[in-house]
Amino acid sequence: MNSATFSLATLAPAVPEMALLAFVSVLLVGDLFVSERGRHVTFWFAVASLLGTAALAAQMVGSPTVVTFSGMFVADPLSQVLKVAALLAVAVTLVYGRVYLQLRDLLRGEFLSLTLFATLGMMVMISAHHFLTLYLGLEILALSLYAMVALQRESVRATEAAMKYFVLGALASGMLLYGMSMLYGATGSLDIARVATSLGTAGSSRTLAVFGLVFIVAGIAFKLGAVPFHMWVPDIYHGAATPATLLIGSAPKIAAFAFVLRLLAQALGGMGSDWQQMLAILAAASIGLGNLVAIAQTNLKRMLAYSTISHMGFLLLGILAGTDNGYGSAMFYVLTYVLMTLGAFGMILLLSRAGFEAEELEDLRGLNRHSRWYAFVMLVIVFSLAGIPPAVGFLAKLAVLQAAWEAGFGGLVVFAVLMSVVGAFYYLRLVKLMYMDEPAGEITIAPRRDMRVLLSANALAVLALGIVPAPLMDLCARAITASL
Amino acid sequence: MIPLSHYLVLGAILFAIAVAGIFLNRKNLIVILMAIELMLLSVNMNFVAFSHFLGDPSGQVFVFFILTVAAAESAIGLAILVTLFRNLRSINVDDLGSLKG
Repeated sequence: MNSATFSLATLAPAVPEMALLAFVSVLLVGDLFVSERGRHVTFWFAVASLLGTAALAAQMVGSPTVVTFSGMFVADPLSQVLKVAALLAVAVTLVYGRVYLQLRDLLRGEFLSLTLFATLGMMVMISAHHFLTLYLGLEILALSLYAMVALQRESVRATEAAMKYFVLGALASGMLLYGMSMLYGATGSLDIARVATSLGTAGSSRTLAVFGLVFIVAGIAFKLGAVPFHMWVPDIYHGAATPATLLIGSAPKIAAFAFVLRLLAQALGGMGSDWQQMLAILAAASIGLGNLVAIAQTNLKRMLAYSTISHMGFLLLGILAGTDNGYGSAMFYVLTYVLMTLGAFGMILLLSRAGFEAEELEDLRGLNRHSRWYAFVMLVIVFSLAGIPPAVGFLAKLAVLQAAWEAGFGGLVVFAVLMSVVGAFYYLRLVKLMYMDEPAGEITIAPRRDMRVLLSANALAVLALGIVPAPLMDLCARAITASL
Repeated sequence: MIPLSHYLVLGAILFAIAVAGIFLNRKNLIVILMAIELMLLSVNMNFVAFSHFLGDPSGQVFVFFILTVAAAESAIGLAILVTLFRNLRSINVDDLGSLKG
Protein backbone atom coordinates (compact mmCIF):
# COMPACT_ATOMS: atom_id res chain seq x y z
CA MET A 1 0.00 0.00 0.00
CA ASN A 2 2.73 2.48 0.96
CA SER A 3 5.37 1.51 -1.59
CA ALA A 4 6.83 4.80 -2.71
CA THR A 5 8.99 3.15 -5.35
CA PHE A 6 7.57 3.05 -8.83
CA SER A 7 8.58 0.61 -11.51
CA LEU A 8 7.18 -0.08 -14.95
CA ALA A 9 6.41 -3.64 -13.89
CA THR A 10 3.58 -2.38 -11.69
CA LEU A 11 1.80 -1.16 -14.81
CA ALA A 12 1.97 -4.52 -16.61
CA PRO A 13 -1.38 -5.93 -15.35
CA ALA A 14 -3.20 -2.93 -16.82
CA VAL A 15 -1.68 -3.15 -20.31
CA PRO A 16 -4.99 -4.05 -22.03
CA GLU A 17 -6.69 -0.98 -20.51
CA MET A 18 -3.84 1.30 -21.48
CA ALA A 19 -3.76 -0.12 -25.01
CA LEU A 20 -7.50 0.48 -25.40
CA LEU A 21 -7.16 4.03 -24.09
CA ALA A 22 -4.37 4.67 -26.62
CA PHE A 23 -6.49 3.23 -29.44
CA VAL A 24 -9.53 5.31 -28.56
CA SER A 25 -7.42 8.48 -28.36
CA VAL A 26 -6.03 7.77 -31.84
CA LEU A 27 -9.54 7.09 -33.09
CA LEU A 28 -10.93 10.27 -31.54
CA VAL A 29 -8.37 12.48 -33.28
CA GLY A 30 -7.88 10.39 -36.42
CA ASP A 31 -11.57 10.41 -37.24
CA LEU A 32 -11.47 14.19 -37.68
CA PHE A 33 -9.24 13.72 -40.73
CA VAL A 34 -11.34 11.00 -42.33
CA SER A 35 -13.90 11.93 -44.97
CA GLU A 36 -17.46 10.59 -44.95
CA ARG A 37 -16.57 8.01 -47.61
CA GLY A 38 -13.57 6.77 -45.64
CA ARG A 39 -15.66 6.12 -42.53
CA HIS A 40 -15.23 2.36 -42.90
CA VAL A 41 -11.54 2.87 -42.05
CA THR A 42 -12.43 4.24 -38.60
CA PHE A 43 -15.03 1.54 -38.18
CA TRP A 44 -12.59 -1.29 -38.85
CA PHE A 45 -9.98 0.48 -36.73
CA ALA A 46 -12.44 0.42 -33.81
CA VAL A 47 -13.18 -3.29 -34.33
CA ALA A 48 -9.46 -4.04 -34.69
CA SER A 49 -8.59 -2.17 -31.50
CA LEU A 50 -11.24 -4.16 -29.61
CA LEU A 51 -9.89 -7.42 -31.01
CA GLY A 52 -6.28 -6.35 -30.36
CA THR A 53 -7.12 -5.47 -26.76
CA ALA A 54 -8.93 -8.79 -26.41
CA ALA A 55 -5.79 -10.55 -27.66
CA LEU A 56 -3.70 -8.69 -25.07
CA ALA A 57 -6.16 -9.63 -22.34
CA ALA A 58 -6.33 -13.24 -23.57
CA GLN A 59 -2.56 -13.60 -23.20
CA MET A 60 -2.94 -12.95 -19.49
CA VAL A 61 -5.62 -15.61 -18.97
CA GLY A 62 -4.28 -18.18 -16.56
CA SER A 63 -1.63 -15.97 -14.97
CA PRO A 64 -1.83 -15.65 -11.17
CA THR A 65 -3.57 -12.83 -9.31
CA VAL A 66 -1.71 -9.52 -9.14
CA VAL A 67 -2.83 -6.46 -7.19
CA THR A 68 -1.25 -3.23 -8.38
CA PHE A 69 -1.66 0.57 -8.35
CA SER A 70 -1.47 0.62 -4.54
CA GLY A 71 -4.28 -1.89 -4.21
CA MET A 72 -6.61 -0.09 -6.65
CA PHE A 73 -6.47 -2.58 -9.48
CA VAL A 74 -6.51 -6.35 -9.57
CA ALA A 75 -5.73 -8.71 -12.43
CA ASP A 76 -7.04 -12.13 -11.46
CA PRO A 77 -8.30 -15.08 -13.55
CA LEU A 78 -11.89 -13.87 -13.13
CA SER A 79 -11.16 -10.42 -14.52
CA GLN A 80 -9.14 -11.77 -17.45
CA VAL A 81 -11.87 -14.11 -18.64
CA LEU A 82 -14.59 -11.49 -18.22
CA LYS A 83 -12.54 -8.82 -20.03
CA VAL A 84 -11.97 -11.01 -23.07
CA ALA A 85 -15.69 -11.84 -23.15
CA ALA A 86 -16.74 -8.19 -22.84
CA LEU A 87 -14.32 -7.03 -25.55
CA LEU A 88 -15.48 -9.69 -27.99
CA ALA A 89 -19.12 -8.89 -27.24
CA VAL A 90 -18.56 -5.21 -28.02
CA ALA A 91 -16.75 -6.06 -31.26
CA VAL A 92 -19.69 -8.25 -32.33
CA THR A 93 -22.08 -5.42 -31.39
CA LEU A 94 -20.27 -3.04 -33.72
CA VAL A 95 -20.35 -5.47 -36.65
CA TYR A 96 -24.09 -6.12 -36.12
CA GLY A 97 -24.90 -2.45 -35.82
CA ARG A 98 -22.94 -1.22 -38.82
CA VAL A 99 -25.61 -1.24 -41.55
CA TYR A 100 -28.26 0.17 -39.25
CA LEU A 101 -25.99 3.01 -38.15
CA GLN A 102 -24.88 3.75 -41.71
CA LEU A 103 -28.45 4.03 -42.99
CA ARG A 104 -29.36 6.44 -40.18
CA ASP A 105 -26.22 8.54 -40.52
CA LEU A 106 -25.06 7.56 -37.03
CA LEU A 107 -21.88 5.72 -37.98
CA ARG A 108 -19.58 8.51 -36.92
CA GLY A 109 -16.43 8.83 -34.89
CA GLU A 110 -18.54 9.85 -31.90
CA PHE A 111 -20.45 6.59 -31.78
CA LEU A 112 -17.30 4.52 -32.18
CA SER A 113 -15.25 6.41 -29.60
CA LEU A 114 -18.13 6.36 -27.10
CA THR A 115 -18.35 2.61 -27.62
CA LEU A 116 -14.64 2.20 -26.89
CA PHE A 117 -14.79 4.50 -23.86
CA ALA A 118 -17.72 2.48 -22.53
CA THR A 119 -15.66 -0.66 -23.02
CA LEU A 120 -12.78 0.92 -21.12
CA GLY A 121 -15.20 1.66 -18.27
CA MET A 122 -16.30 -1.97 -18.24
CA MET A 123 -12.68 -3.15 -18.06
CA VAL A 124 -11.95 -0.83 -15.13
CA MET A 125 -15.08 -2.10 -13.33
CA ILE A 126 -14.08 -5.71 -13.93
CA SER A 127 -10.57 -5.15 -12.52
CA ALA A 128 -11.47 -2.81 -9.65
CA HIS A 129 -10.10 -3.59 -6.22
CA HIS A 130 -11.05 -0.35 -4.46
CA PHE A 131 -14.33 1.54 -4.12
CA LEU A 132 -12.83 4.43 -6.04
CA THR A 133 -11.96 2.34 -9.12
CA LEU A 134 -15.35 0.63 -8.95
CA TYR A 135 -17.06 4.01 -8.98
CA LEU A 136 -14.87 5.52 -11.70
CA GLY A 137 -15.25 2.49 -13.97
CA LEU A 138 -18.99 2.59 -13.49
CA GLU A 139 -19.14 6.29 -14.36
CA ILE A 140 -16.91 5.96 -17.45
CA LEU A 141 -19.30 3.28 -18.67
CA ALA A 142 -22.50 5.08 -17.70
CA LEU A 143 -21.58 8.54 -19.00
CA SER A 144 -20.58 7.06 -22.37
CA LEU A 145 -23.85 5.16 -22.60
CA TYR A 146 -26.00 8.23 -21.74
CA ALA A 147 -24.32 10.17 -24.52
CA MET A 148 -24.63 7.26 -26.94
CA VAL A 149 -28.39 6.99 -26.42
CA ALA A 150 -28.74 10.76 -26.94
CA LEU A 151 -26.63 10.67 -30.11
CA GLN A 152 -29.76 10.29 -32.25
CA ARG A 153 -30.43 13.96 -31.72
CA GLU A 154 -33.53 14.53 -33.81
CA SER A 155 -35.41 11.53 -32.41
CA VAL A 156 -37.88 12.40 -29.63
CA ARG A 157 -37.87 8.82 -28.41
CA ALA A 158 -34.09 8.58 -28.18
CA THR A 159 -33.59 11.89 -26.35
CA GLU A 160 -36.40 11.08 -23.94
CA ALA A 161 -34.86 7.66 -23.28
CA ALA A 162 -31.47 9.30 -22.72
CA MET A 163 -32.98 11.70 -20.17
CA LYS A 164 -34.66 8.90 -18.24
CA TYR A 165 -31.52 6.78 -18.38
CA PHE A 166 -29.45 9.70 -17.14
CA VAL A 167 -31.70 10.59 -14.20
CA LEU A 168 -32.17 7.02 -12.99
CA GLY A 169 -28.53 6.13 -13.61
CA ALA A 170 -27.38 9.14 -11.60
CA LEU A 171 -29.81 8.20 -8.82
CA ALA A 172 -28.33 4.69 -8.78
CA SER A 173 -24.78 6.04 -8.58
CA GLY A 174 -25.88 8.31 -5.73
CA MET A 175 -27.32 5.33 -3.84
CA LEU A 176 -24.15 3.31 -4.38
CA LEU A 177 -21.97 6.17 -3.21
CA TYR A 178 -24.10 6.71 -0.12
CA GLY A 179 -23.73 3.03 0.69
CA MET A 180 -20.01 3.20 0.08
CA SER A 181 -19.66 6.18 2.40
CA MET A 182 -21.44 4.24 5.15
CA LEU A 183 -19.17 1.24 4.63
CA TYR A 184 -16.19 3.55 4.75
CA GLY A 185 -17.42 4.86 8.08
CA ALA A 186 -18.00 1.34 9.39
CA THR A 187 -14.67 -0.12 8.30
CA GLY A 188 -12.35 2.86 7.92
CA SER A 189 -11.14 1.72 4.53
CA LEU A 190 -12.08 1.88 0.86
CA ASP A 191 -9.91 -1.02 -0.23
CA ILE A 192 -11.98 -4.12 -0.99
CA ALA A 193 -9.63 -6.57 0.74
CA ARG A 194 -9.31 -4.38 3.83
CA VAL A 195 -13.06 -3.75 4.02
CA ALA A 196 -13.52 -7.53 3.99
CA THR A 197 -11.00 -8.13 6.79
CA SER A 198 -12.17 -5.30 9.02
CA LEU A 199 -15.83 -6.34 8.71
CA GLY A 200 -14.83 -9.60 10.36
CA THR A 201 -13.33 -7.87 13.40
CA ALA A 202 -15.27 -6.56 16.36
CA GLY A 203 -14.10 -2.98 15.86
CA SER A 204 -16.39 -2.23 12.94
CA SER A 205 -19.88 -0.90 13.47
CA ARG A 206 -22.37 -3.54 12.40
CA THR A 207 -25.40 -1.21 12.23
CA LEU A 208 -23.61 1.28 10.03
CA ALA A 209 -22.42 -1.52 7.72
CA VAL A 210 -25.92 -2.99 7.32
CA PHE A 211 -27.31 0.49 6.66
CA GLY A 212 -24.69 0.96 3.94
CA LEU A 213 -25.38 -2.48 2.53
CA VAL A 214 -29.04 -1.62 1.92
CA PHE A 215 -28.04 1.33 -0.27
CA ILE A 216 -25.37 -0.71 -2.07
CA VAL A 217 -27.89 -3.43 -2.92
CA ALA A 218 -30.41 -0.82 -4.12
CA GLY A 219 -27.76 0.76 -6.35
CA ILE A 220 -26.75 -2.62 -7.76
CA ALA A 221 -30.38 -3.51 -8.42
CA PHE A 222 -30.79 -0.23 -10.34
CA LYS A 223 -27.76 -0.94 -12.48
CA LEU A 224 -28.80 -4.53 -13.19
CA GLY A 225 -32.42 -3.54 -13.78
CA ALA A 226 -33.89 -5.82 -11.09
CA VAL A 227 -37.45 -5.22 -9.81
CA PRO A 228 -38.42 -2.86 -8.08
CA PHE A 229 -35.70 -0.70 -9.66
CA HIS A 230 -36.38 -1.83 -13.22
CA MET A 231 -38.54 0.99 -14.62
CA TRP A 232 -35.81 2.41 -16.83
CA VAL A 233 -35.06 -0.85 -18.68
CA PRO A 234 -38.06 -1.10 -21.06
CA ASP A 235 -38.05 2.62 -21.89
CA ILE A 236 -34.35 2.72 -22.70
CA TYR A 237 -34.40 -0.53 -24.69
CA HIS A 238 -37.36 0.80 -26.66
CA GLY A 239 -36.24 4.38 -27.15
CA ALA A 240 -32.55 3.99 -27.98
CA ALA A 241 -31.31 3.17 -31.48
CA THR A 242 -31.11 -0.62 -31.73
CA PRO A 243 -27.26 -0.82 -31.83
CA ALA A 244 -27.14 1.33 -28.68
CA THR A 245 -29.75 -0.95 -27.07
CA LEU A 246 -27.65 -3.94 -28.04
CA LEU A 247 -24.57 -2.39 -26.47
CA ILE A 248 -26.46 -1.52 -23.25
CA GLY A 249 -28.02 -4.96 -23.06
CA SER A 250 -24.96 -7.10 -23.72
CA ALA A 251 -21.39 -6.42 -22.55
CA PRO A 252 -22.25 -4.12 -19.56
CA LYS A 253 -24.04 -7.08 -17.96
CA ILE A 254 -20.66 -8.83 -17.77
CA ALA A 255 -19.16 -5.77 -16.10
CA ALA A 256 -22.16 -5.50 -13.77
CA PHE A 257 -21.69 -9.13 -12.78
CA ALA A 258 -18.04 -8.46 -11.89
CA PHE A 259 -19.14 -5.33 -10.02
CA VAL A 260 -21.65 -7.29 -7.92
CA LEU A 261 -19.10 -10.00 -7.22
CA ARG A 262 -16.42 -7.53 -6.14
CA LEU A 263 -18.79 -5.65 -3.85
CA LEU A 264 -20.93 -8.40 -2.37
CA ALA A 265 -18.78 -11.52 -2.54
CA GLN A 266 -15.36 -9.98 -2.00
CA ALA A 267 -15.88 -6.85 0.10
CA LEU A 268 -19.06 -7.83 1.95
CA GLY A 269 -18.64 -11.59 1.96
CA GLY A 270 -18.82 -11.53 5.75
CA MET A 271 -22.36 -10.13 5.60
CA GLY A 272 -23.63 -12.87 3.30
CA SER A 273 -26.66 -13.72 5.45
CA ASP A 274 -27.84 -10.09 5.21
CA TRP A 275 -27.56 -9.60 1.45
CA GLN A 276 -28.77 -13.08 0.55
CA GLN A 277 -32.22 -12.19 1.91
CA MET A 278 -32.30 -8.89 0.00
CA LEU A 279 -31.20 -10.52 -3.25
CA ALA A 280 -33.78 -13.27 -2.78
CA ILE A 281 -36.57 -10.67 -2.75
CA LEU A 282 -35.12 -8.88 -5.78
CA ALA A 283 -34.71 -12.16 -7.68
CA ALA A 284 -38.25 -13.34 -6.97
CA ALA A 285 -39.78 -9.99 -7.94
CA SER A 286 -37.68 -9.75 -11.13
CA ILE A 287 -38.45 -13.26 -12.34
CA GLY A 288 -42.15 -12.85 -11.57
CA LEU A 289 -42.77 -9.39 -12.97
CA GLY A 290 -40.40 -9.75 -15.93
CA ASN A 291 -42.11 -12.84 -17.24
CA LEU A 292 -45.67 -11.67 -16.59
CA VAL A 293 -45.38 -8.20 -18.11
CA ALA A 294 -43.45 -9.48 -21.15
CA ILE A 295 -46.61 -11.34 -22.20
CA ALA A 296 -48.45 -8.06 -22.70
CA GLN A 297 -45.83 -6.52 -25.01
CA THR A 298 -46.28 -6.09 -28.75
CA ASN A 299 -42.92 -4.41 -29.30
CA LEU A 300 -40.05 -6.87 -29.64
CA LYS A 301 -37.49 -4.57 -28.00
CA ARG A 302 -39.78 -3.99 -25.01
CA MET A 303 -40.46 -7.69 -24.77
CA LEU A 304 -36.73 -8.40 -24.73
CA ALA A 305 -36.35 -5.71 -22.05
CA TYR A 306 -38.78 -7.53 -19.74
CA SER A 307 -37.06 -10.77 -20.63
CA THR A 308 -33.79 -9.12 -19.53
CA ILE A 309 -35.38 -8.24 -16.19
CA SER A 310 -36.31 -11.86 -15.58
CA HIS A 311 -32.86 -13.03 -16.71
CA MET A 312 -31.26 -10.65 -14.21
CA GLY A 313 -33.45 -12.33 -11.59
CA PHE A 314 -31.94 -15.68 -12.54
CA LEU A 315 -28.45 -14.19 -12.41
CA LEU A 316 -29.14 -12.95 -8.86
CA LEU A 317 -30.35 -16.46 -8.01
CA GLY A 318 -26.86 -17.77 -8.74
CA ILE A 319 -25.17 -14.98 -6.82
CA LEU A 320 -27.37 -15.24 -3.75
CA ALA A 321 -26.40 -18.88 -3.29
CA GLY A 322 -23.18 -17.39 -1.93
CA THR A 323 -21.06 -20.42 -2.81
CA ASP A 324 -18.26 -20.84 -5.36
CA ASN A 325 -20.59 -23.14 -7.26
CA GLY A 326 -23.25 -20.41 -7.28
CA TYR A 327 -20.86 -17.69 -8.47
CA GLY A 328 -19.49 -20.04 -11.15
CA SER A 329 -22.94 -20.85 -12.49
CA ALA A 330 -23.90 -17.16 -12.37
CA MET A 331 -20.79 -16.40 -14.43
CA PHE A 332 -21.77 -19.12 -16.93
CA TYR A 333 -25.27 -17.61 -16.97
CA VAL A 334 -24.12 -14.09 -17.69
CA LEU A 335 -21.73 -15.15 -20.46
CA THR A 336 -24.34 -17.25 -22.25
CA TYR A 337 -26.99 -14.59 -21.68
CA VAL A 338 -24.80 -12.03 -23.46
CA LEU A 339 -24.40 -14.47 -26.36
CA MET A 340 -28.19 -14.85 -26.63
CA THR A 341 -28.84 -11.10 -26.37
CA LEU A 342 -26.35 -10.44 -29.16
CA GLY A 343 -28.21 -12.94 -31.30
CA ALA A 344 -31.69 -11.59 -30.53
CA PHE A 345 -30.87 -7.94 -31.21
CA GLY A 346 -28.66 -9.00 -34.11
CA MET A 347 -31.80 -10.45 -35.72
CA ILE A 348 -33.67 -7.14 -35.28
CA LEU A 349 -30.73 -5.35 -36.89
CA LEU A 350 -30.58 -7.91 -39.71
CA LEU A 351 -34.22 -7.33 -40.61
CA SER A 352 -34.09 -3.52 -40.27
CA ARG A 353 -33.63 -1.31 -43.31
CA ALA A 354 -33.74 2.41 -44.10
CA GLY A 355 -36.84 3.88 -42.45
CA PHE A 356 -37.97 0.50 -41.07
CA GLU A 357 -37.07 -0.78 -37.61
CA ALA A 358 -38.32 -4.40 -37.55
CA GLU A 359 -38.95 -4.00 -33.82
CA GLU A 360 -42.58 -5.08 -33.61
CA LEU A 361 -43.47 -8.72 -33.05
CA GLU A 362 -45.56 -8.53 -36.22
CA ASP A 363 -42.46 -7.74 -38.25
CA LEU A 364 -41.20 -11.29 -37.74
CA ARG A 365 -44.46 -12.82 -39.00
CA GLY A 366 -43.82 -15.47 -41.64
CA LEU A 367 -40.03 -15.20 -41.47
CA ASN A 368 -39.77 -18.92 -42.26
CA ARG A 369 -41.41 -18.38 -45.67
CA HIS A 370 -38.81 -15.82 -46.53
CA SER A 371 -35.67 -17.40 -45.13
CA ARG A 372 -35.61 -20.83 -43.51
CA TRP A 373 -32.08 -20.32 -42.20
CA TYR A 374 -32.68 -17.04 -40.35
CA ALA A 375 -35.95 -18.32 -38.96
CA PHE A 376 -33.92 -21.23 -37.57
CA VAL A 377 -31.29 -18.84 -36.18
CA MET A 378 -34.02 -16.90 -34.35
CA LEU A 379 -35.62 -20.18 -33.23
CA VAL A 380 -32.39 -21.33 -31.56
CA ILE A 381 -31.96 -17.98 -29.80
CA VAL A 382 -35.57 -17.82 -28.63
CA PHE A 383 -35.41 -21.40 -27.34
CA SER A 384 -32.26 -20.50 -25.48
CA LEU A 385 -33.82 -17.38 -23.93
CA ALA A 386 -36.84 -19.44 -22.88
CA GLY A 387 -34.62 -22.17 -21.42
CA ILE A 388 -35.68 -25.02 -23.70
CA PRO A 389 -33.06 -27.73 -24.39
CA PRO A 390 -30.83 -28.33 -26.32
CA ALA A 391 -30.00 -24.59 -26.46
CA VAL A 392 -27.59 -23.37 -23.79
CA GLY A 393 -30.17 -21.26 -21.91
CA PHE A 394 -31.59 -24.44 -20.40
CA LEU A 395 -28.28 -25.53 -18.86
CA ALA A 396 -27.51 -22.04 -17.63
CA LYS A 397 -30.88 -21.86 -15.84
CA LEU A 398 -30.42 -25.38 -14.48
CA ALA A 399 -26.99 -24.51 -13.05
CA VAL A 400 -28.15 -21.41 -11.16
CA LEU A 401 -31.29 -23.18 -9.93
CA GLN A 402 -29.20 -26.07 -8.65
CA ALA A 403 -26.84 -23.71 -6.84
CA ALA A 404 -29.76 -21.83 -5.22
CA TRP A 405 -31.41 -25.14 -4.27
CA GLU A 406 -28.24 -26.40 -2.58
CA ALA A 407 -28.00 -23.12 -0.66
CA GLY A 408 -31.46 -23.76 0.78
CA PHE A 409 -33.62 -21.43 -1.31
CA GLY A 410 -36.02 -24.22 -2.32
CA GLY A 411 -39.19 -22.13 -2.42
CA LEU A 412 -37.55 -19.50 -4.58
CA VAL A 413 -36.34 -22.18 -7.02
CA VAL A 414 -39.83 -23.65 -7.38
CA PHE A 415 -41.24 -20.18 -7.99
CA ALA A 416 -38.55 -19.45 -10.62
CA VAL A 417 -39.29 -22.69 -12.48
CA LEU A 418 -43.03 -21.96 -12.49
CA MET A 419 -42.46 -18.42 -13.78
CA SER A 420 -40.17 -19.58 -16.55
CA VAL A 421 -42.93 -21.93 -17.70
CA VAL A 422 -45.20 -18.85 -17.86
CA GLY A 423 -42.40 -17.02 -19.68
CA ALA A 424 -42.11 -19.77 -22.28
CA PHE A 425 -45.49 -18.61 -23.58
CA TYR A 426 -44.30 -15.32 -25.03
CA TYR A 427 -41.16 -16.86 -26.49
CA LEU A 428 -43.17 -19.62 -28.17
CA ARG A 429 -45.63 -17.03 -29.49
CA LEU A 430 -42.69 -15.58 -31.41
CA VAL A 431 -41.89 -19.03 -32.82
CA LYS A 432 -45.51 -19.44 -33.87
CA LEU A 433 -45.46 -16.06 -35.62
CA MET A 434 -42.32 -17.00 -37.53
CA TYR A 435 -43.29 -20.52 -38.54
CA MET A 436 -47.08 -20.82 -38.71
CA ASP A 437 -48.21 -17.44 -40.03
CA GLU A 438 -48.18 -15.87 -43.45
CA PRO A 439 -45.87 -12.87 -43.96
CA ALA A 440 -47.74 -9.62 -43.31
CA GLY A 441 -45.30 -7.18 -44.92
CA GLU A 442 -42.12 -7.15 -46.89
CA ILE A 443 -39.13 -8.83 -45.21
CA THR A 444 -35.61 -7.84 -46.20
CA ILE A 445 -32.31 -9.12 -44.89
CA ALA A 446 -29.33 -6.81 -44.52
CA PRO A 447 -26.88 -7.42 -47.35
CA ARG A 448 -23.60 -7.51 -45.43
CA ARG A 449 -21.96 -10.91 -45.47
CA ASP A 450 -19.77 -10.37 -42.35
CA MET A 451 -22.87 -9.74 -40.28
CA ARG A 452 -24.73 -12.76 -41.68
CA VAL A 453 -21.82 -15.10 -41.04
CA LEU A 454 -21.33 -13.76 -37.52
CA LEU A 455 -25.03 -14.04 -36.67
CA SER A 456 -25.15 -17.62 -37.94
CA ALA A 457 -22.02 -18.44 -35.94
CA ASN A 458 -23.62 -16.77 -32.91
CA ALA A 459 -26.70 -19.02 -33.11
CA LEU A 460 -24.58 -22.10 -33.72
CA ALA A 461 -22.49 -21.20 -30.66
CA VAL A 462 -25.68 -21.02 -28.56
CA LEU A 463 -26.56 -24.50 -29.82
CA ALA A 464 -23.04 -25.91 -29.50
CA LEU A 465 -22.62 -24.64 -25.93
CA GLY A 466 -25.93 -26.29 -25.08
CA ILE A 467 -24.62 -29.64 -26.31
CA VAL A 468 -21.01 -29.32 -25.03
CA PRO A 469 -21.16 -26.94 -22.04
CA ALA A 470 -18.30 -28.49 -20.06
CA PRO A 471 -15.33 -26.41 -21.30
CA LEU A 472 -17.00 -23.05 -20.58
CA MET A 473 -18.44 -24.27 -17.27
CA ASP A 474 -15.00 -25.50 -16.20
CA LEU A 475 -13.45 -22.20 -17.22
CA CYS A 476 -15.99 -20.29 -15.10
CA ALA A 477 -15.59 -22.59 -12.11
CA ARG A 478 -11.80 -22.36 -12.25
CA ALA A 479 -11.84 -18.57 -12.64
CA ILE A 480 -14.10 -18.22 -9.59
CA THR A 481 -12.17 -20.60 -7.32
CA ALA A 482 -8.86 -19.01 -8.30
CA SER A 483 -10.10 -15.45 -7.67
CA LEU A 484 -12.35 -15.46 -4.62
CA MET B 1 -16.59 20.01 18.97
CA ILE B 2 -19.48 18.92 16.78
CA PRO B 3 -20.00 15.15 17.05
CA LEU B 4 -19.96 12.82 14.03
CA SER B 5 -23.65 12.02 14.32
CA HIS B 6 -24.61 15.64 13.53
CA TYR B 7 -22.80 15.47 10.21
CA LEU B 8 -24.37 12.11 9.40
CA VAL B 9 -27.87 13.39 10.17
CA LEU B 10 -27.28 16.42 7.97
CA GLY B 11 -26.00 14.13 5.20
CA ALA B 12 -29.06 11.91 5.56
CA ILE B 13 -31.41 14.92 5.43
CA LEU B 14 -29.73 16.25 2.28
CA PHE B 15 -29.90 12.81 0.70
CA ALA B 16 -33.60 12.49 1.55
CA ILE B 17 -34.32 15.94 0.09
CA ALA B 18 -32.53 14.91 -3.10
CA VAL B 19 -34.44 11.64 -3.49
CA ALA B 20 -37.72 13.44 -2.80
CA GLY B 21 -36.72 16.08 -5.35
CA ILE B 22 -36.28 13.43 -8.02
CA PHE B 23 -39.46 11.48 -7.33
CA LEU B 24 -41.94 14.13 -6.22
CA ASN B 25 -40.97 16.78 -8.73
CA ARG B 26 -43.50 16.94 -11.59
CA LYS B 27 -42.54 20.30 -13.04
CA ASN B 28 -39.04 20.88 -14.23
CA LEU B 29 -36.18 18.69 -15.39
CA ILE B 30 -33.59 21.21 -14.22
CA VAL B 31 -34.81 20.70 -10.66
CA ILE B 32 -34.05 17.00 -11.10
CA LEU B 33 -30.50 17.82 -12.18
CA MET B 34 -30.16 20.01 -9.08
CA ALA B 35 -31.45 17.18 -6.90
CA ILE B 36 -28.86 14.80 -8.39
CA GLU B 37 -26.15 17.31 -7.56
CA LEU B 38 -27.46 17.66 -4.01
CA MET B 39 -27.39 13.88 -3.61
CA LEU B 40 -23.71 13.71 -4.55
CA LEU B 41 -22.95 16.58 -2.18
CA SER B 42 -24.66 14.79 0.70
CA VAL B 43 -22.41 11.80 -0.01
CA ASN B 44 -19.40 14.13 0.01
CA MET B 45 -20.49 15.43 3.40
CA ASN B 46 -20.49 11.86 4.75
CA PHE B 47 -17.10 11.08 3.29
CA VAL B 48 -15.47 14.21 4.68
CA ALA B 49 -17.03 13.70 8.11
CA PHE B 50 -15.94 10.07 8.32
CA SER B 51 -12.54 10.91 6.95
CA HIS B 52 -12.03 13.56 9.62
CA PHE B 53 -13.20 11.41 12.52
CA LEU B 54 -11.29 8.32 11.34
CA GLY B 55 -8.14 10.36 10.74
CA ASP B 56 -7.80 8.75 7.32
CA PRO B 57 -7.34 11.02 4.28
CA SER B 58 -8.56 8.58 1.59
CA GLY B 59 -12.18 9.60 2.13
CA GLN B 60 -11.35 13.22 1.25
CA VAL B 61 -9.47 12.09 -1.85
CA PHE B 62 -12.61 10.20 -2.90
CA VAL B 63 -14.55 13.48 -2.59
CA PHE B 64 -12.32 15.13 -5.20
CA PHE B 65 -13.11 12.35 -7.63
CA ILE B 66 -16.84 12.57 -6.91
CA LEU B 67 -16.76 16.33 -7.54
CA THR B 68 -14.99 15.84 -10.86
CA VAL B 69 -17.37 13.11 -12.00
CA ALA B 70 -20.33 15.24 -10.88
CA ALA B 71 -19.11 18.05 -13.12
CA ALA B 72 -18.87 15.68 -16.10
CA GLU B 73 -22.24 14.24 -15.21
CA SER B 74 -24.02 17.59 -15.14
CA ALA B 75 -22.36 18.53 -18.45
CA ILE B 76 -23.85 15.45 -20.08
CA GLY B 77 -27.17 15.93 -18.29
CA LEU B 78 -27.51 19.50 -19.53
CA ALA B 79 -26.48 18.47 -23.05
CA ILE B 80 -29.21 15.83 -23.10
CA LEU B 81 -31.62 18.43 -21.72
CA VAL B 82 -30.83 20.80 -24.60
CA THR B 83 -31.42 18.13 -27.28
CA LEU B 84 -34.62 17.14 -25.51
CA PHE B 85 -35.81 20.75 -25.45
CA ARG B 86 -35.12 21.08 -29.17
CA ASN B 87 -37.35 18.10 -29.84
CA LEU B 88 -40.13 18.70 -27.34
CA ARG B 89 -40.05 22.49 -26.88
CA SER B 90 -40.56 21.78 -23.18
CA ILE B 91 -38.62 20.62 -20.13
CA ASN B 92 -41.73 19.67 -18.21
CA VAL B 93 -41.46 16.22 -16.61
CA ASP B 94 -45.04 15.37 -17.55
CA ASP B 95 -44.28 15.85 -21.24
CA LEU B 96 -41.94 12.86 -21.20
CA GLY B 97 -44.59 10.38 -22.24
CA SER B 98 -43.77 8.94 -25.65
CA LEU B 99 -42.35 5.74 -24.15
CA LYS B 100 -45.03 3.76 -22.35
CA GLY B 101 -46.11 0.15 -22.22
